Amino acid sequence: MATTTIISPTDAPFSLEMKRNRIGEKVIVAWLFLAAALAVLITIGIVVSLILPTIDFFRDVSIFQFFSMEPWAPLFANPTYGVVHIVAGTAAIMLYSSIISLPAGLGSAIYMSEYAGPRMRKILQPLLEILEGIPTVVYGIFALFFVGPLLKDNWPTWLPGKLGEEPGFQFVLAAGLVLGVMIIPTVASVAYDSMNAVPRALREAAYGLGSTRMQVATRVVVPSALSGIIASFVLGLSRAVGETIVVLMAAGAIANITLWPNDPILTMTAFIGRTATGDISTGTTAYYTVFAVGALLFLTTLTVNMIAIALVRRFREVYE
Amino acid sequence: MSKSSGRTRVAVRAASSSTIRLDRVGVDIKGELFRAVLLFSILLGVVMLATLLIFVAIRGSDRLDLNLFTQLPSSIDVGTSGFLPAIVGTTYVMLGTLITIVPLGVSAAVYLEEYANRDRWYNRIIEVNIQNLAAVPSIVFGILGLAFIVRGPLNLGFVAFAGSLTLAMMVLPTVIIAAREAIRGVPPTLRDASMGLGATKWQTTWRQVLPLSVPGIVTGTILAMSRAIGETAPLLLVGATTFVRFLPESAFEGAYSAIPVQIYQWAVRPQDEFRVLAAAGALVLVALLLVMNSFAIWLRARSRKEF
Repeated sequence: MATTTIISPTDAPFSLEMKRNRIGEKVIVAWLFLAAALAVLITIGIVVSLILPTIDFFRDVSIFQFFSMEPWAPLFANPTYGVVHIVAGTAAIMLYSSIISLPAGLGSAIYMSEYAGPRMRKILQPLLEILEGIPTVVYGIFALFFVGPLLKDNWPTWLPGKLGEEPGFQFVLAAGLVLGVMIIPTVASVAYDSMNAVPRALREAAYGLGSTRMQVATRVVVPSALSGIIASFVLGLSRAVGETIVVLMAAGAIANITLWPNDPILTMTAFIGRTATGDISTGTTAYYTVFAVGALLFLTTLTVNMIAIALVRRFREVYE
Repeated sequence: MSKSSGRTRVAVRAASSSTIRLDRVGVDIKGELFRAVLLFSILLGVVMLATLLIFVAIRGSDRLDLNLFTQLPSSIDVGTSGFLPAIVGTTYVMLGTLITIVPLGVSAAVYLEEYANRDRWYNRIIEVNIQNLAAVPSIVFGILGLAFIVRGPLNLGFVAFAGSLTLAMMVLPTVIIAAREAIRGVPPTLRDASMGLGATKWQTTWRQVLPLSVPGIVTGTILAMSRAIGETAPLLLVGATTFVRFLPESAFEGAYSAIPVQIYQWAVRPQDEFRVLAAAGALVLVALLLVMNSFAIWLRARSRKEF
């Protein structure tokens, strides 16, 4: 005897979702939400872990002293806290790394998006990814034992004044250049994505009007992808600000306000890395200094990243 | 251009053989120069990559022997000093990272792709947070690990698992972003079909969407792990600093070291023997990462063909 199921009219309107109230499913959704919300918790954790010790730090050291021009020597018997000296170090590293990373990253992106054929792109993209995947400590070794000595031995000593002085074992140019190479893939991939989002029709129209490939690249693609390209530059700078190991190994350890390529410098990150590895006891002002500098570093990169995220969203909105 | 049909090709050939040419006649010097500059900028990265690999290989080849893998580090007998504690330490740290990031990363990705309503403010906050975390300097995660995991609420002490959790927080965005892309790549028709047959949303996700996303998730996980293996800075802050002459007792007790930290410590010593040792370690690390990354890239290329 065949049983027939009759769908009563009360079930309508039909929904693909099941009617049974499955509690297990709700538990799962709650877990999934928690996992996603963990990202917010981590950010809150970062902020809390930085702010509390920073407040302790500013109990001992006045904020004016922190932002004054006095030397940076928080670990000395008579400590001084002129943070501007290590901010200047970070700025110098940013400058020298961006000499390489920004033009080379943009050039690579234009080449991959406008010049390389599909086969060429298939070779170049993994190569850039491998470049990105090399550990920073290996770049550090490369800067300290290869690029540094190479520059030192071939230093243009015939140059007048300070620029002609042979650098020491560690100096900002060696670290900056290697860091620049390290950041090329970051800049290239974000810039390439934004160029890829430029509609084909714009290019075709330009070609149809008789433009050369270079004109299409420089006058159509680059201006159309500008916000993404700026975002890639901003992200490249942000990575230079946040990089620790290469700078720690190859840029020296002297807090110095200088832009000379042959001077050693100390950056915010290198200070944290150097100090936190030493025997530093909890609760001392020197210990809190690490967190105060960390807070400044986080604030800097957070601002920069927010700008980049907003810019990337803009180029996505324009063409999607 | 590559998709031009036979008829188009005939037309193009006819046009180009006729007297009127759409191409500009003569060599475009400026254009060629521009192309050369672009080619140079991309070759710069490639050439530096090659130089770096060759340099590390030459510098480290003297000490690329079995001692490197089986011996403890020693200041007295540098010639036979090895990475054994660092290798064991890295294994512990990485296992801990792996078991943390896979469930968390995939769950977060499933929520954001399958369940989250993008118009809700909290979901937008989560998205912005993930994007931002991906760009936070690695050393900041070290500070977080020091304050929350080593000391503070979790209070694990300077043990390998503290390193695992610290690195896990750092690479979690990588896994989430990759897993989201994989889930997004599953055609919506499959979901509709599954739901149409009476499956619940979770059954659809678990039995249809996730199995198809596995290659993408595996790729993202490998890339995240390869980033974590090579990371040095945060580990300096959460304990992998001491000159460890012994193996860590377990992931939860005893001092530990990690390969990149060991490389760093040897590289900054003044004696040349230690630097060679550091280069040898770097060579091993790079080789390991090349294998991991190539596998990930290959897997991604293969899985892309499916739909």
